[in-house]
Amino acid sequence: MGAPPRLRLLLTLAASLIGAANTSARAEPADLRFSNPTRFMSQSGEALYADICQGCHMPGGVGAVGAGTYPALARNPKLAAAGYVLSLVINGRKGMPPFGGFLTDQQVAAVVTYVRTHFGNEFSEEVTAADARASRPR
Amino acid sequence: MGERNETKMRRRDLLALIGTSAGGAAMYRAMSSLGFAAESTYSGPIRLDGDPKGATVLILGAGLAGMVAALELRKAGYRVQVLEYSNRAGGRCWSLRGGDSYTELGGGTQRCEFASGLYFNPGPWRIPYHHHGVLDYCRRLNVALEPFIQVNHNAWLHSRRAFDGKPQRYREVQADFNGYVAELLAKATSQRKLDEAVTREDQEILLSALRSWGALDANYAYTSNLASSNRRGYDKAPGGGVAGAPTPSKPLALSDLLKSGVWQSLFIGSNYRFQSTMFQPVRGMDMIARAFIREVNDLIRFNAKVTAIRQDANGVTVVYEDTTDPGKPLRATADWCLCTIPLPILSQIEMTVGVPMQSAIDAVPYAPAVKVGLQFKRRFWEQDDGIYGGISYTDQPIRMIAYPCTGYGGAGKAVLLGAYEIFGVYAYEFTSLSPAERVARAVEGGARIHPQYKDEFENGIAVAWHRNPSVLGCEGTWTDDLRKQHYQNLCAIDGRILLAGEHASYWGGWQEGAILSSLDAIARLHRRVLAG
Repeated sequence: MGAPPRLRLLLTLAASLIGAANTSARAEPADLRFSNPTRFMSQSGEALYADICQGCHMPGGVGAVGAGTYPALARNPKLAAAGYVLSLVINGRKGMPPFGGFLTDQQVAAVVTYVRTHFGNEFSEEVTAADARASRPR
Repeated sequence: MGERNETKMRRRDLLALIGTSAGGAAMYRAMSSLGFAAESTYSGPIRLDGDPKGATVLILGAGLAGMVAALELRKAGYRVQVLEYSNRAGGRCWSLRGGDSYTELGGGTQRCEFASGLYFNPGPWRIPYHHHGVLDYCRRLNVALEPFIQVNHNAWLHSRRAFDGKPQRYREVQADFNGYVAELLAKATSQRKLDEAVTREDQEILLSALRSWGALDANYAYTSNLASSNRRGYDKAPGGGVAGAPTPSKPLALSDLLKSGVWQSLFIGSNYRFQSTMFQPVRGMDMIARAFIREVNDLIRFNAKVTAIRQDANGVTVVYEDTTDPGKPLRATADWCLCTIPLPILSQIEMTVGVPMQSAIDAVPYAPAVKVGLQFKRRFWEQDDGIYGGISYTDQPIRMIAYPCTGYGGAGKAVLLGAYEIFGVYAYEFTSLSPAERVARAVEGGARIHPQYKDEFENGIAVAWHRNPSVLGCEGTWTDDLRKQHYQNLCAIDGRILLAGEHASYWGGWQEGAILSSLDAIARLHRRVLAG
């Protein structure tokens, strides 16, 4: 009855990893990943970070170093300029792809606010959807 | 010249002669008249005639672009050195087998547990018939090829939102789609609605063609009968003996079919890059890399992470560090540098190049992509579903299940491609998962198409290319605007430095792009060297 042992083990492992704080922690009641092929559907900054950003910038914003580098977002003074971060998320830069086409202004503001107020960053002034819209190319 | 007139010059020799003397455009025109040009710009083994007088070239990256250049430049008399970041050559031309360990950025380590003899290609996995560069190097380097099956009429087309989530056979969807469209068009023709577009005489031909194409009956209708069953399959298949007569199957309802969206998968195999005949190397795509490695391994320094590429009037200096003994800058010098480093990495490396080339390097983001290989206890897709090779498609994030095109009918374990997502939202979301979560998702998604997954799944391995330490992405993503602005600047020689790789080609993400860009680069470099 039920899934055979090996599959059960794998799914349990996956579930525990999904629940663990430093892999793909879910703050929202519904898991909105993999629900729309053309747009990210999560709304909170925390969820968006886990869905998108941590692919490169890693859980905890620690970044990574290989042949090239994904900058750490943790304790990163470059995040002080909200406009810079907004532009990066929307337009990309060098190896960072543009995400503006996949996110609403509200989502951009949410994820930018999240990275600027987590991982040891305390850039707490408000970043709004209007700010995000103003950062989009004309 | 008199001697040449007497011997029968082979087409390739003639083209190569035109190519080296007059450049690519002349070769293309010559190729057009000889009937090759439409397929590929590859015209046969490159000929770098003339003495480079021991000029030195530093090649950065030992993927296919780098190794092609190393092979051909050394043959032409250059002194060549290759610096490679990782501890192996081949770049994205790579296969994973049981016992292999792979650590992605972020530290997630996977140990591949595939049984002996099984493999998975996490990067390139199929070769079009018109990728003459790849195919010619396979010939020259004795890499055995076998067919890669792109289209399998018995594979599944699946949508979570259609037919109660029940997968449909490719052959049924294709026959019904073609049949209904043919019926509608035949009706329009018979009702004289096409009189302005098609002459009466051509309408007769069209009607006949529609009847054949759509398996229509004598009234030009697509219905349940043996003719349509001969395309879509039978309820009871033809058999032998007393109960051998077949029973026709019933087509899907047109509206259900259209709304399901599963017909979208029907057109993939018609794409120029996916047309038959496709190939794969026997026993793994990395057989191509291994063949090059056998030729040029002695030229490669591994574990070399480049940190600066500088040039002046006298030559090029590349600063790098040994990743097994980091912190001590090392220097390699040469007259010229061919750099095949992927752009996300290159854009972070200090380079003495002009603004046009630097802007181009900085302008091209790389696509996300994830592939998952899964091992099963038996080939249930063959034994239970009658699917031999080919690809099933789904609207789930796994996107597809691709069955092995080798070892058909085997009784033992086998590996299939359990997920391949590239570009866009799902690919980024997949990348953000841990390796174990990616494998779990692939199993979960595949189980909706093959319930046998639950009992037969054994292990899996997942590669997310943005977390690959050597590439930091899957492939360059150009747009028309970016090409207009930057492509020529990316490819141009800047002083003593020039670039090659799939990103410097119009076959982005394909090995042919890497090879053609490399051959084009070294041909131009050679002309520059000879010019003094």
